[in-house]
Parts: sequence; structure tokens; C-alpha cells
Amino acid sequence: MDKLLADGGRLLLLGNEAITRGLIEAGVGLAATYPGTPSSEVGALLEELAPRAGMYFEYSVNEKVAVEVAGAAAVSGVRSFAFMKHVGLNVASDALLTLATTGVRAGMVVMTADDPSCHSSQSEQDNRFYAKLGLLPMLEPSTPAEARDMVLEAYRLSELLAVPVLLRTTTRVNHARGAVDLHHAPKPQAKGRFDKDPQRFVTVPAHARALRLEQVKRTERALRLSEASTLNFVLGSSRLGVVASGVAYTYAREWLKDVEILKLGFTYPVPEEKISRFLQGKERVVVLEEGEPYLEDEVRRVAQQYGVVVEVLGKRTGHLPRAFEYSPDIILGLQNVLPVRPGPAPVPQPELPLPPRPPVLCAGCPHRATYYAAKKAVGPEGAIYSTDIGCYTLGVQPPLQCADLTLCMGSSAGAAGGFAQVTDQKVVAFIGDSTFFHSGIPPLINAVYNRHRFVLVILDNRTTAMTGHQPNPGTGREHGGIETPSIPLEPLVRACGVEHVRTVDPYDIAATIGAMKEALAHDGVAVVVAEHPCPLARRKEGKLVRAQYRIDQDRCVSCFTCVSRFSCPALSKEGKEVRIDATMCIGCGGCAQVCPKKAIEVVE
Amino acid sequence: MKYSVQLVGVGGQGVLLASTVLGTAAVAEGLEVAMSEVHGMAQRGGSVQCSVRIGQDILSPLIPKGGADLLLGFEPAETLRSVAMVNRDSTIVTNVSPIVPVSVAVGQGTYPSVDDILAALRSVNEHVIAVDATALAIEAGRAITANAVLIGAIAAVKGFPLPKDRMLEALLQAVPQKAVDINTRAFELGYAQVVTERGQG
Repeated sequence: MDKLLADGGRLLLLGNEAITRGLIEAGVGLAATYPGTPSSEVGALLEELAPRAGMYFEYSVNEKVAVEVAGAAAVSGVRSFAFMKHVGLNVASDALLTLATTGVRAGMVVMTADDPSCHSSQSEQDNRFYAKLGLLPMLEPSTPAEARDMVLEAYRLSELLAVPVLLRTTTRVNHARGAVDLHHAPKPQAKGRFDKDPQRFVTVPAHARALRLEQVKRTERALRLSEASTLNFVLGSSRLGVVASGVAYTYAREWLKDVEILKLGFTYPVPEEKISRFLQGKERVVVLEEGEPYLEDEVRRVAQQYGVVVEVLGKRTGHLPRAFEYSPDIILGLQNVLPVRPGPAPVPQPELPLPPRPPVLCAGCPHRATYYAAKKAVGPEGAIYSTDIGCYTLGVQPPLQCADLTLCMGSSAGAAGGFAQVTDQKVVAFIGDSTFFHSGIPPLINAVYNRHRFVLVILDNRTTAMTGHQPNPGTGREHGGIETPSIPLEPLVRACGVEHVRTVDPYDIAATIGAMKEALAHDGVAVVVAEHPCPLARRKEGKLVRAQYRIDQDRCVSCFTCVSRFSCPALSKEGKEVRIDATMCIGCGGCAQVCPKKAIEVVE
Repeated sequence: MKYSVQLVGVGGQGVLLASTVLGTAAVAEGLEVAMSEVHGMAQRGGSVQCSVRIGQDILSPLIPKGGADLLLGFEPAETLRSVAMVNRDSTIVTNVSPIVPVSVAVGQGTYPSVDDILAALRSVNEHVIAVDATALAIEAGRAITANAVLIGAIAAVKGFPLPKDRMLEALLQAVPQKAVDINTRAFELGYAQVVTERGQG
């Protein structure tokens, strides 16, 4: 990734690499995040590059803290960046919406990486409404190259207006790849000085009222900047108009013809005079945007306000979908209202049925063993499994089915308290180590404080696995020239007031069943820490010690307990036999422990 | 010129690496590139799709159905799952080594025979090239070079716009120094297999 530090040249960059390069070119002095797809690669890059680029970077414990850290930097005169996935901004919104009133002194940009179609998320959510809610100027790139350009422009605007700017991306921008011409990368200013100004930065009600008036005035200045911005531009000439933003603009450019396009990149506040001029004389205008009818409603509002009569088509009229990301096919489907450039017809899908292939827990994943043991300990009467956000949410798949409710980061423990209070069912909550640090501690304290009765299992795989193995407080820090020790879970849990805490290695399934049974018998909140490092992370570090297992076909009675109950992807049925895929098996030994005939053995 | 490649497979097979190699070769050739990748949860053993579009006036990272000039499948069932990305004139290059999903073991479906999968592909498109990438990779020296075999294979496809040398160069940039020889062998084996099939076709 050294290429991202070059002083010029043309590179094929992932959207998130282009954004990272933008930070370097903008001379950002501090960046903070909590990992979340589709924003995660920016953190992985900064972990390595920040010290060499003269930038301070941290994985904050959660997104709210990231915005607070970055906000303090920006009010101290250091350009800062906080970034997260869309739902991360829900967590960070409390801090951000007040920063939106105090404003900042050096440029501050907050990236919200939205995930239409929920490729890696629990919900689809259009975060452009946060710009409207906080009166925060917002930029929306369409391509990786534009994302880099917009990072630079976002810092310029943030300093002109003295307020954080929202950079709103989507999966198909963060995870698109395209060529980017590099600009000069200056040395950043990483140290500033905080000059006190309590009337601005201490938001007691009297100050807050003055800040509110200032915020409204600032939005008027932002509107003038949006009107003048070259990020909002018109292409072509036609009585058929298209208003497009984000990646939908690239589809419009390639699969529509003979239309006039108003491309909007500065989307809060929208350039209303520019929109009204665009609408005048049009026979029809179609609004192409993923997510909610955010721009569409603005276009309708502007038409009404400026007295333009024009047909506006979009989600409100049923011509375009509100759910899920757009694609070239959606644009081609507009053939009745706009001239499209159709391509060759697709071949028909043959009728041969295929098995589904959803993502699954990896071969050797310690969570599989924990779930297996938890279900064994709970027994046939069953339990409510309140789970959380991470790889382990994949425990919802059969046969494990250890997931009954997932809301958001940290919700496992909070919801478990509610279940325990209103039902007589057993309640088991699952939370990952990183998620526990992120937002699992307050609900655990809540459970102790209010005497809820449930078992919280902390699935401690010593990393933030799903997003690409980022460190967390439980692993300690070893990047950017800063080293901190691990914060151990057991004493932390005890300090929250939990009396019953046990740590087990889930690779020892019998011991884990034992620990779960004890915890289930405890009258109160019990915590089991199931600790085993993520094998994928170990492999990345070159520290994975593999073993090889084989089936003794003489002892195997073809009961398929291993395949159908433990469901490791390295195991498959082949006729009457079970086969172990040697390239996938890492030798965790889980299948050998669940085999009732002891027919699975390690290869010496 | 616009040329679109859809790459499909199973998380962990190196689909992402192959698409990056394609994109890098195209940039080195002075072409415009737009690509889309899959990161995150889908990578945990799930179906993975990447698209690579190269040529002039390229903006969209995604390909419409029927718009892929080439479908490169790393796993036969995944190739069939995405076959609607191609049209009658497109080329399909598919690996023939199956990876049976866990869903089969828990009774959520059956995995068809590879012959049936190939027959289904051929029933809708006449330009299907089946490559035993795993066997050729083992012949090259290591099973893990199956993606180098497939990258070599597409470099030999009729109408593929990037020169063989550019593709090999981009591949070798993406692999560790010590694996250069073995990946070169794997690439050449994949290339040779498609050249042979073209000769027969």
C-alpha cells in the first residue's frame, strides 16, 4: 500500500483507497473510526500508512467516541476525519448533531458509508437525512476518482463554513475500483492548540440558542456555495431531464441516451436555483437516486416553490424502487419513460436447481463450537438467543440456529434483560469481544443493576473479525508507534458487578458445556467468556497451527452427526461416507469431539 | 470498445485477486476501468461476484444482465447461478471443481453433478470452456494457484482485449516473489488449455 504515499502518478484504486489518498492529500492530521463495512478498508490502510503520512489514526471504541475524538481535533485547529458505516452514524449522531451547532475551526469530514441492499448490514438506511437533520453540508461521490476529489472539496467547504461536512458514500463507491490521478501530498499539521471559547463550545441552553441562530445563518451560506459548486453540473441538452446522484449517475451516463442530466454531488443543501433552471422547459424529469426519495422530494419542493410545472417521475410515482441498490438493469427498465441503450438479451436461466450458498461460519471457527455447546447445555427446552452484530450472527443458519433477535451493536445484552423480565424462558445472549467493548458494557451494568437473569456469552476471538480483523481494546494496540496492553474481560465483567464469570476455550466442547450449565443455573446475570483466537486472523499473522483430521471409515456408522449438527464447511456427505476437505480443515477437532463413535481422529 | 467481465465464485477462492489483476492489466494498457467488488460478510464462504469493465467511456462499475462479454466462474454451481449475466455470443470460462455448500449437508438443497451443470450452461450458450483449474494448478505445483490457471485461461479467450503478457505481468505483481515461477507455470497451463480448445472448436 506504499503506492498511496506517492507524490503523483495514476493508480487503479478501490473507492476506499481513493478516499484514504484524499485524506493524505488534504493534510488530515487525525482520523478515527470504528470498523464497519463498507468503510473498513480505510482503517486498515491508515493503520499502516498514518504514521508515515504524519497523521494520527485510531480505532476508537465506538463511532460516537470517534466523532468526539475527531471533533476535539477540529476545534483545536487540526483537520480531522471520522468514518463509519451507516448504522455507525446512528451511534455517533449524538455527538455529531451538537458539533453541527458549535461548528469546528479546522476542517472536519465525517464519512457515512451506506450499504443499500444490506450486503453486510442489518438494515438499509439512507443517511442523507442526517445532513438534513443536522444542517450539515453533504457531498455524494459517484466514482472512486470523484470520492478523492470530494474529500479535498469537503475540507475546503468545512473550513469556509466552519462546520463538519458529511461525505456520504455507498457500497458501490467504497468497493468500486477505478483509475485515480494522484495530486501533491503535503505534510499534515497533526498538532494544534485549543483556544477557549465557552460561548461556542459549552452548549448550555443560553449558548445553544445563539448557536442555533448561527447554524441557520450558516446554512444560507452553504446554499450559496452549493449553487456555485462545480460538483452540481448539467450534461447534454434535451427536454427529457434526469437528476442523478451517487453511483446511479454512472448507470445513467452509460445506459441512457438523448437526455439532459443534472448531476448532483453537493446534495445538502441542494442548489435550488440550479434545479429550478434545470426543470424549466422540461417535458419530463426522472430522479435517479438510491434509497429514499431524498432528492426527488427536493425537486418537487423546488418546482412548487419556484412555480415550475413539470412532470417528475421517481419513487413517489412508482417508476423506481425505494428498496435496494440500483443497477444498470433498473435504468434499462425505464424504457417507457426515457430513451435507453439496450444491450444484447441475457440467456435464460436453465432450470437446474442449485443449492443456496449463504455466508457461513468458517471451518474451525470457535463460535461454531460455542454455539454447539450452548445448545447442548440449554437442552431440549430451548432458550431465547439474543444475539449481536458480527461474524457470529451467522449462527442464525441451521443447524446451529443460535440467533433469535439482532438489532444493533450491543443489543444482545440489553434485549436479554427485557426477555428475562417478561418471559419465563431461558435467555442466552451472545456478543463478540469488540462489540462488547463498543456498546455491551452499559447493558451488562443495566442487567446487574436491575437484577435481570440471563447468561451473556462473550465470544472472544481476540479480534474484530467480520470487518477484516481490526484490533480492539481486548487485544491491545500495536500500530502507529503506540503500544497498549490488552484490557482483560474477566476483571472488567466483575467490575460491572457480575458475580458469576467463567472463561473457557470453546475448542474444549465438554468444558464449554459444563461452564454453560453452571451459568444457566446461576440466579442472576452470569457471564461466560468463550475465548479462542479467530483462525483466519491467526492465518493472516502466519501463526495458525494446523492439524489434520481424518475419518476412520470402519468406526463411522454414517450417523452424520458431525455434518448435520456441527455443520463445518470442511465436512461433507459423500454417499454413505463423510469426507473432510483437507484444504479447508484447520484441525480444530470440534467434529472429533461431537462424533458419538469417536471415528474422527487426528492424523499424526 | 467496451468489454465486461463478470467473475463469480465462493468467498476465499481468490475472485477478488483475479479481478484486481484484470483491472491492473487494463490500466497498464492505457484503458479506462470500472470495477465492483464484494467485501465483508459475503466473503465468509458465500457466493461472491465481481465485475470488471474496461475500454473507453467506462463509468459504471456494474454490468447489466446479458452484458458480460465473458463470465469467469471459479466454481461450477456459481457459474450457473450467474449465467444470466451473459448473452448467446458471450464466452463462459468455468472451473469444474465443485465446492459443496453447507446448505446441502443440512438438507436445504442438492448439489447437481458437474456434467449436468456443464450441460445446463451449454444449453443456453455455445461458448463454454470448462477448465479443470485445480488439476492444472496441482500440475503447476500447488492447488492454490488455481486462480492463476483461470487468469491464464481468459487471456486466451477469443476477443479478450488485453495481451497475454500484460495479464501475466499484472498477475506476477500480485503474488509473492517466491511464488512467481509456480504462478507463471499455472498461468501458462490455463492459457494453453484454452488455446487447445479453440483449435478444436
